[in-house]
Amino acid sequence: MIKAILIFNNHGKPRLSKFYEHYSEDTEQQIIRETFHLVSKRDENVCNFLEGGMLIGGSENKLIYRHYATLYFVFCVDSSESELGILGLIQVFVETLDKCFENVCELDLIFHVDKVHNILAEMVMGGMVLETNMNEIITQVDAQNKMEKSEAGIAGAPARAVSAVKNMNLPEMPRNINIGDISIKVPNLPSFK
Amino acid sequence: MPAPIRLRELIRTIRTARTQAEEREMIQKECAAIRSSFREEDNTYRCRNVAKLLYMHMLGYPAHFGQLECLKLIASQKFTDKRIGYLGAMLLLDERQDVHLLMTNCIKNDLNHSTQYVQGLALCTLGCMGSSEMCRDLAGEVEKLLKTSNSYLRKKAALCAVHVIRKVPELMEMFLPATKNLLSEKNHGVLHTSVVLLTEMCERSPDMLLHFRKLVPQLVRILKNLIMSGYSPEHDVSGISDPFLQVRILRLLRILGRSDDDSSEAMNDILAQVATNTETSKNVGNAILYETVLTIMDIKSESGLRVLAINILGRFLLNNDKNIRYVALTSLLKTVQTDHNAVQRHRSTIVDCLKDLDVSIKRRAMELSFALVNGNNIRGMMKELLYFLDSCDPEFKADCASGVFLAAEKYAPSKRWHIDTIMRVLTTAGSYVRDDSVPNLIQLITNSVEMHAYTVQRLYKALLDDISQQPLVQVSSWCIGEYGDLLVSGQCEEEEPIQVTEDEVLDVLEGLLVSNLSTPVTRGYSLTAIMKLSTRFSSVNRIKKVVSIYGSICLQMYSYSLQVQSTHPPCFTGSIYTSSLFYRFNLHVLYYLVSLLFQANDLLDLLGGNDVVPVIQTTLPTKPASAGGELLDLLGDLSLSSRTSLSLFLSFSFSHSPVITIHATNTTEADMTEFVFQAAVPKTFQLQLLSPSSNIVPALNQGSVTQVIRVLNPQKQQLRMRVKLTYTHKGSPIQDLAEVNNFPPQSWQ
Repeated sequence: MIKAILIFNNHGKPRLSKFYEHYSEDTEQQIIRETFHLVSKRDENVCNFLEGGMLIGGSENKLIYRHYATLYFVFCVDSSESELGILGLIQVFVETLDKCFENVCELDLIFHVDKVHNILAEMVMGGMVLETNMNEIITQVDAQNKMEKSEAGIAGAPARAVSAVKNMNLPEMPRNINIGDISIKVPNLPSFK
Repeated sequence: MPAPIRLRELIRTIRTARTQAEEREMIQKECAAIRSSFREEDNTYRCRNVAKLLYMHMLGYPAHFGQLECLKLIASQKFTDKRIGYLGAMLLLDERQDVHLLMTNCIKNDLNHSTQYVQGLALCTLGCMGSSEMCRDLAGEVEKLLKTSNSYLRKKAALCAVHVIRKVPELMEMFLPATKNLLSEKNHGVLHTSVVLLTEMCERSPDMLLHFRKLVPQLVRILKNLIMSGYSPEHDVSGISDPFLQVRILRLLRILGRSDDDSSEAMNDILAQVATNTETSKNVGNAILYETVLTIMDIKSESGLRVLAINILGRFLLNNDKNIRYVALTSLLKTVQTDHNAVQRHRSTIVDCLKDLDVSIKRRAMELSFALVNGNNIRGMMKELLYFLDSCDPEFKADCASGVFLAAEKYAPSKRWHIDTIMRVLTTAGSYVRDDSVPNLIQLITNSVEMHAYTVQRLYKALLDDISQQPLVQVSSWCIGEYGDLLVSGQCEEEEPIQVTEDEVLDVLEGLLVSNLSTPVTRGYSLTAIMKLSTRFSSVNRIKKVVSIYGSICLQMYSYSLQVQSTHPPCFTGSIYTSSLFYRFNLHVLYYLVSLLFQANDLLDLLGGNDVVPVIQTTLPTKPASAGGELLDLLGDLSLSSRTSLSLFLSFSFSHSPVITIHATNTTEADMTEFVFQAAVPKTFQLQLLSPSSNIVPALNQGSVTQVIRVLNPQKQQLRMRVKLTYTHKGSPIQDLAEVNNFPPQSWQ
């Protein structure tokens, strides 16, 4: 079973954190910090497996991680998962993100963290691997996104209109428009006969 | 009130913060805005607000006020709302809050929704964080969906069922009928999750395991199709057809074949096929091979297959990829007990891994190397392991040293080799050796009688070089104390004997006493060694002087030794565990005292006599006595410590038989009141206790309580006495028992 999936950058800032076992909010943050601490110490040319930190279950659990450019992808798993299999899963996850975001980079994960959650939800459910076929995952995510867009299209219009009005910065309408005396000289029109 | 900002805006804003404090301020401002927006019950923007809340939650800020809002979103009709709502529920809620139960109805409705993606969301949420109550309520819906023809829903339902079974194991039976045709699915997603469900059921219930054994042929067929079917673009990962499914099936086969000959037989062929045909150039191929190896080793496979599996692992060890080497070492460690000979063949590769740069690989290689040591390869392996010990990181040294000691003990080809190996460990990793090795080593050295001279000489030389490694110093001191005579007489046969004088030896031992590098335990060892040498060396005066200077240490040492001797186990344990130092001390001291006893008479010369220095803190007799009478038995004179601390000293003095006088003194800051001394003797004796001088033992040795005992010994037997002391100290009553057996003969003859 997968206990947690964490993505954080080289400075330890979390970009995605999903726990499949319950921990309190404080513990979750501590786990993120501890995991970052353990993983960032690792050299580039050592293996990708680590014993878990104290908080997340100690020697029972393993941290399987991959470092891509500025991001660490860490899966915390128990002994029932195959280490090499999880490495393969991380690979599929990253490739899927790449396809969905077109050459994914850290900024994509930063600004679209909800979308990343949606993609992950199609891959891992309740700590177990749901789907590993990249195309299948993308198809389903796309279909759901389309549903959202269509809802936003029809039903979103009132919301957008309300937003538009609320955000309009109408200048103060003058109450009394005092144009003053205007003598308009109307030219003598020739009479029609 | 302006519209709440979009999630993207919020993220952008937060990223401009330059300090943590600035970020916190922005977050707080936004939280306030979100809170008031929630209060307005604004349906339009709820979704956006909750999305922002989830983002802030990820950064570590409290977001619990959004929990109810998530529920409102779930209840909404819009897919967008539901999506964020369910995500929020999974991130923010858990079974410990009552709020989550409110979701049950929503989930139930959504499980029956017309849109499959909504049903999918409900299944996902239930499968992630559904509580036992929720699972019980909704299991029926999940079971229904498990039988649907919609493969998207079917695969999710399978994993949801796993979660339900984990939460409420009794419901497992319910899902049995639905599993009937799970494996005939064409869709790989469904196949994959079905295999997970079957695995879970088999692992939980032996009955299910028996029931599902009949699926083995079907699983074998599926696996065969995956391998043999050529390129299938749909399922291809790095040239292999759905490796994840292959791995899952292999794992299920492992569980099914575990203790069953027939099933194992049915699997043999396919396992051999997978093992030989899988591409090893990519990680996924190796994942499959790894799983195959684990399965082969776990089921009742024929020996040829097992050898094949171990050879695959051996090949893994030579792979450039560190991850592969790591899993190979882990698996070999698991199989080394059962397939020892096969693993031995790869010994040299394993030993090479000791030189790897990766810490995890080094550790596993070390464990495996120790497992492979046997009588035949001990010399070669030990060379490698000692080299490893020299150069490895400190975190390994303790374990490696222990391993070396164990291996040496089991397989040492000769005593000399054994001693040499120990010496090597002590000198190279002496400070990392575990504390309990010191008494074990002492035991070992004692038993190797013919090597005593050699051992003491080598240890002495080691001491000359380096006194910083405490275990080495302790063992050496002990050895010199025991065999110092052999050292100075130059009796070594194994190597060139060195010329050393008594004074030089005492110099070294004294040096240990004064050195800053020596711990108190070490000082105890060296002091004891010096004392022991008084019986072996001739320079007794020098020894006496040293002992007098360091006497107080000696006193504590003996007091604790009496604790060991006293028939009062709680006292014993209570005190040891308050100070691990003295605990360790105790064991050695006990050993020494035993040896001391044999030389008691000689040692009495050291500590008896009128010119005795205040080594022992009790009063010494000033009455005239015969030469024997004034010699206080070393142990009889010593203090019986109380339970609370090393505070109460009891000494016996013998002026003339049959009178014995006891003196009790108290070193603590509080008085001991209501002090009562009681004694019991064997039947053949008669005891008369005269009244004590008082029943208050004043604090800080300001006085003592004396009591006269008359012992009548008509049969002239060895006097033994059981002593019971009761008193009140700092308000609490204390009771102490001890047995005193070593009254000098002069006292009762």
